[in-house]
Amino acid sequence: MAEPLLRAEGLVKRFGGLTATDDLSLDVRTGELHALIGPNGAGKTTLIGQLTGEIRPDAGRILLLGQDVTPLSAARRARMGLARSFQIVQLLDDDTALANVALAVQAHQGHSFRFWRRAATDASLTTRASALLEEVGFDLARSGRRAGDLSHGERKVLELAMALASEPRLLLLDEPMAGLGPSESLRMTETLRRLKGRIPMLLVEHDMDAVFALADRITVLVYGRAIATGSAEEIRADPAVRDAYLAEEHG
Amino acid sequence: MPERGWTYRGVLALLLALAAALPFAAQALDSPASIGIATQMACFAIAAASLNLILGHGGLVSFGHAAYFGLGGYAVGILWEHFRLGEPIFGLIPGSNELLVTLPTAMLVSGLAAAAIGALSLRTSGVQFIMITLAFAQMVFFLFVGLKQYGGDDGLSVRRHNLVPGLDLRDPAQLYWLCLGILAVWLFLLHRIIGSRFGRVLEGVRQNERRMAALGVSTYPYKLVAFVISGVGCGIAGALMANYLRYVSPEMMSWQRSGDIMVMVILGGMGTMLGPVLGAVALVGLEYTLGGLTEHWPFFLGPILLLVVLFLRGGLMGLFGVRRGSG
Repeated sequence: MAEPLLRAEGLVKRFGGLTATDDLSLDVRTGELHALIGPNGAGKTTLIGQLTGEIRPDAGRILLLGQDVTPLSAARRARMGLARSFQIVQLLDDDTALANVALAVQAHQGHSFRFWRRAATDASLTTRASALLEEVGFDLARSGRRAGDLSHGERKVLELAMALASEPRLLLLDEPMAGLGPSESLRMTETLRRLKGRIPMLLVEHDMDAVFALADRITVLVYGRAIATGSAEEIRADPAVRDAYLAEEHG
Repeated sequence: MPERGWTYRGVLALLLALAAALPFAAQALDSPASIGIATQMACFAIAAASLNLILGHGGLVSFGHAAYFGLGGYAVGILWEHFRLGEPIFGLIPGSNELLVTLPTAMLVSGLAAAAIGALSLRTSGVQFIMITLAFAQMVFFLFVGLKQYGGDDGLSVRRHNLVPGLDLRDPAQLYWLCLGILAVWLFLLHRIIGSRFGRVLEGVRQNERRMAALGVSTYPYKLVAFVISGVGCGIAGALMANYLRYVSPEMMSWQRSGDIMVMVILGGMGTMLGPVLGAVALVGLEYTLGGLTEHWPFFLGPILLLVVLFLRGGLMGLFGVRRGSG
């Protein structure tokens, strides 16, 4: 089997007496959409933090494209091709939607030590930014709005466009459906389905319909441990998962 | 950001023309002292606009920018002192009274200091950053208090204005025009920087540093370069101020001075081009008008600042409907 894109080995993270990540191993393979589910408090956010580089694990290591990235900063990992969205949307709220994506495009084009030319009218940034907004289904007529004035659904979509700007090797989506209405949720699912196969994804999500519709493999996290990994059918049939999670959700 | 129209450019040109005409008005109104006040306003406007680059656009609250202002001033003062005595500095660098030498020296010295102090300070953030920039500025302050060779506490007199080919800085109007011209050029440069890719990253630093990391941008080098540019600008302001006052002293780099520059930025409107200029004009103007009425003028200045901060969210620029990002 080929080297997985992302592999976490024996990750441990403790906060005082609480073990948020407990000897956790996980991999994301080329081309797959791997979903990560688990009840509240299972340690999903802490795990994401360690994978992206915002939290340093106490033990274990993380390999991105076969390279040990455990000591690398979030920015370095992003430059290696790890793009992400946030559970709580992180945008430049004072800037327009287009300017937000243009900045993401700019970051992907290399260093920004350019002091003279106006970025807002730089076609190499704005053309690509518009194309990205279109790709994720953002209403272009609203691309001139301040990001802070957009609806929650638009902000989620905008963040996805920013993540795609880097032509990522791996996309890490932290609850992209959270807070979306049913129709917005369906549209996001469709958008992700279109990206699936082209861009490998690790999807953390509470929306079970979306997870079972999209995921090639699912990992179930409970109390910081991965209690099961497998296809949607395997996960549905797994008694431990039923006990720990599905029973509670659908019970 | 909306495109700047011709109306906007017209207003800017008109403002510049009015400012340039000030010495004639001062003469006509028989108030030659106002040229000097306007010169101080222009100097502080350069310093405030420089601080605005990192404070208003980068969200970096430096509480020590008077250090670079003072270093710029001392560059002029020390070069003059050695020129006067005919002794090279460290037996190597000859003194000078040419602005074309002293001004670039001021920029170099304040830029190097900003690079060193910024390199250390920018490893922190938030309140720590405010405190550490203040601490470094105080170190520079006490360094110059202790430099008895250059007057220590008493400072240094610069007996004659620097020489500039084609200008006579002994004429207050010409010195004012020089300061105004440099202010205009500096504002234009800052405007280009803020609109550039570099400026976009700086905006990202202010608005959401976490997002910048997720985009793969390591922000430290950008912050450092912005910090240095901002320090260089304060150095220019200090060098011009030394030429106006013909005197430099550690007071130029006191923490109160740092506070003044910061107040100008906040009072005028952070993140706007003309805000810091307006802030400098307002603060220096208030100091003179209130100072003429009562020696307890800071007592009245406080409430005025409070009102502006409470009721004009965008600073004085907010009065003209100009907010961050729109001008």
